[in-house]
Amino acid sequence: MARSNRSVPEINAGSMADIAFLLLIFFLVTTTMDVDTGIARKLPVLDEEQEIEDMQGNDRNIYEVYVNAKDALLVEEEEMNVNDLRSGAKEFLNNNGKNPKLSDNPEKAIISLQNSRGTSYEMYIAVQNELTAAYNELRDEAALRKYSLNYTELPKDKKREIRKMYPMKISEAEPFKQ
Amino acid sequence: MSKFKKNKKSKLAPISTASLPDIVFMLLFFFMVTTVMRETEMLVENILPQATEVKKLERKSLVSYIYIGSPKGNNRKSKYGKEAKIQLNDAYARVADIQAFIIAERETRAEEEVPLLTTSIKADVNVKMGIVSDIKQELRKAQAYKINYSTRKEIK
Repeated sequence: MARSNRSVPEINAGSMADIAFLLLIFFLVTTTMDVDTGIARKLPVLDEEQEIEDMQGNDRNIYEVYVNAKDALLVEEEEMNVNDLRSGAKEFLNNNGKNPKLSDNPEKAIISLQNSRGTSYEMYIAVQNELTAAYNELRDEAALRKYSLNYTELPKDKKREIRKMYPMKISEAEPFKQ
Repeated sequence: MSKFKKNKKSKLAPISTASLPDIVFMLLFFFMVTTVMRETEMLVENILPQATEVKKLERKSLVSYIYIGSPKGNNRKSKYGKEAKIQLNDAYARVADIQAFIIAERETRAEEEVPLLTTSIKADVNVKMGIVSDIKQELRKAQAYKINYSTRKEIK
C-alpha cells in the first residue's frame, strides 16, 4: 500500500500515560476508600423519658446494667465480667418465664443501660457490642429454627417477623455525675 | 545514510504504547467512582474502638460526622490542653454548636433525604462518656435520632 511507505509524523502519545498517571496518583492520595462501620442506634425522643418508669412495675422484665467510672460492670446488682454479659443477657431475654427472676418473654424484656460520666468510651462500646451480640445471636437462633437460614440471609418480611420476636429494647438512662 | 535505510527496512515494529493511557485512564475512572474525597483534616486523635456486631454505613452522602478526641499533635496539645474536644468539619466546636451543625447539615440535603440522615459519632477510645452523653442529648434536641457509634471491625 502506498500509505505504509509514506512516513506520516504521528503525534507522540507517550506522555499521555504520564499525565494520566499523575491524575491517578492525585486521586489515590486525596480520596478515601475505607468503609465506615459501626454500631447503629436510635436515640429516644426527648419526651419519652417517662416511659421506662411506667413499666417499672414489673421488675423481672428489666435487666439492669451499670458501668461505673472505673469501667466495672454491675449487672442485676452483681459484678460481672464483660465477657459474661452476652450469655447473661441471652439467658435473661430467652427466659420465657422459667426463672422467676428473669424476663417473662423476649417481647417484654428491657435492658436498662446506665453509665457514669467517667466511663471510658471503649468500655461503653464493648458493653453495647455484647448486648447487640446477644440480640443478634437470639435472632439467628430463631431464624435457624424457623427457616433454617441465618437472620441476615432472610427476606425482609421474615426478618421483620424475627425482629418482632426479639425486639431490641435497650433503654439508656441519664449517666451518673461522677 | 545507512541509519535511515535501516529504519525503512525493519519489519519488527516497536511495541505500541498507545493503549497505555487508556489503561491508566480506566484505573483513574475506577478510583474516581469508587472513592470519596477526603473531607476533613483530623484535628483530634481518633483511634476507634473495636466491635464485632458492626453494620456498614450505607450511603456516605447521608452521614454527618462528629469527631471526639484529645487534640492531635504536641502543638495543639499545648495550645488547647489534653481534654477531649469535639471536631465538626474542620474546626473545634463546643457542645452547644452541635444543634446548629445538624441544622446546617440538613439544609445541604434534599428535603426527602432529611429523615435518612445519620450522625456518625467517631470517638477516640480514651474519651470519657460524659462528653458523648452531652452530644447525644444535643442530638436528641436537634431531633437527629439516627446515630452510629463508629467502630473498627474486630479481627478474632
